[in-house]
Amino acid sequence: MTRVYVLSLALLLSSCAEWGVEPWERDLLAKPEMQLVTDPLEAGLDDHIYFSKEASSGGASFGGGGCGCN
Amino acid sequence: MQLKKQRPSIASLLAVASCSLLNQSASASEDDNNWHVDSALLLYSEKDRVDAVEPVISATRSFADESSLTVKVAVDTLTGASPSGATISDVPQTFTRPSGRGEYITSAGELPLDDTFKDSRTAVSVQYEFPLDRRTRISTGLAFSNEYDYTSVALNATVARDYNNKNTTVSAGFAYADDSIEPEGEIPIAFASMAPAGSEQPRDRADDDKTTTDLLVGITQVVNRQTLMQLNYSYSRAEGYLTDPFKILSLVASSSGATLDYLYEQRPEERVKHSIYWKTKYHRLNGDTVDVSYRYLWDDWDISSHTVDFRYRIPFAERHYIEPHLRYYSQDQADFYQQFLVAGSPQPRHASADSRLGSYEGITIGAKYGYRFNEDSEFNLRLEYYEQTGDRAHRAIGVGRNYDLFPDLEAVIVQLGYSFSF
Repeated sequence: MTRVYVLSLALLLSSCAEWGVEPWERDLLAKPEMQLVTDPLEAGLDDHIYFSKEASSGGASFGGGGCGCN
Repeated sequence: MQLKKQRPSIASLLAVASCSLLNQSASASEDDNNWHVDSALLLYSEKDRVDAVEPVISATRSFADESSLTVKVAVDTLTGASPSGATISDVPQTFTRPSGRGEYITSAGELPLDDTFKDSRTAVSVQYEFPLDRRTRISTGLAFSNEYDYTSVALNATVARDYNNKNTTVSAGFAYADDSIEPEGEIPIAFASMAPAGSEQPRDRADDDKTTTDLLVGITQVVNRQTLMQLNYSYSRAEGYLTDPFKILSLVASSSGATLDYLYEQRPEERVKHSIYWKTKYHRLNGDTVDVSYRYLWDDWDISSHTVDFRYRIPFAERHYIEPHLRYYSQDQADFYQQFLVAGSPQPRHASADSRLGSYEGITIGAKYGYRFNEDSEFNLRLEYYEQTGDRAHRAIGVGRNYDLFPDLEAVIVQLGYSFSF
């Protein structure tokens, strides 16, 4: 199973090499609205809400936690 | 709109790198501002249940060596009522408050809600991010939160490294949290009967704790000039007291469904969960941006869930934007979840009637409006509606068949935000 993971990761990395842009092509990617997290406070508040109301948390980062949340 | 193609500054390139690497925010600042402040006020209101108010402020200081320090403080205040776990009955029901000193009564046909709790929580965290070399960044932090009966201390560290001319970023992170709980009225004995108010309560010990270890590995890839993609795998292991000391189960008669007793719940002392998270950001040439993500989560309590999140940002009139948001969540119940226990059946090792461990779907629908004063300064307002719809056809018995044992949860989320640099 581990081999499969390693192989998949290697494949993913090699296919990633086909993608990408040159440094001068980052005009759109550099915009605030293209960041992975555009509003970190909103992301944190949502983590807190959904951690309290659902049995799932995290995934994007180390989300939720740190409360009794009854 | 014609897009101006210009050579991006080193600062904006670094911002892109650090943002994608460490899931941190840093807008592409091109001036000499050293401080960036984000602030928000969240108002969360459930119909007939919980109300929460949470102001939060975060300040980031950037240094010349490309490191940054972020301090975040959040305070939240909760009031209202939360489902106790007891099932709906055709007669009024009397419950003992967790303190053991008072009681509350739920009318016939109503979902039992414990209106005792009122809590305020303060959370403080510090995060320091720095470059190790030209391709590697490290982010490390500490978090502390405290409420009346609950304390949490957590630390985290993430390393991220660029490949393929900074088009690929691989990151690995670790987080550890140590939480302790000292509930009002102490920790109940598992499956003990709720005792009448004023009498001796079935209590086991005053406090307990749990630890959580999280591991996360991720890859972020620039696909082309308009597209960015992220894929994460997370592992989380919680050990210790994972039971909710305030939650109970109704014990009902096997034929009539009449409630005979209320028993304190008990959950396993370990939970291992995994998740796969995928996110794509796409910048349309008309200026709109698409943000779509999917998470699949599964654990050894037999819970599995799907979460799809979709945001579409439409800029207009130079400084404004509107961002519709749709989120769909679907969860399969924990193997020990039961809406009630049936008299005469063998007592399970673990059981909880906490609806958050049941099967249900959640929908969030809303929009955010933003006004940008400049690159680093913005005001925004978010308005959303959240609804949970449970499994109505659960195995109700007798009188339980006359009621919806999993009433919908409806909530409104309002958030005001203001960010600036100086």
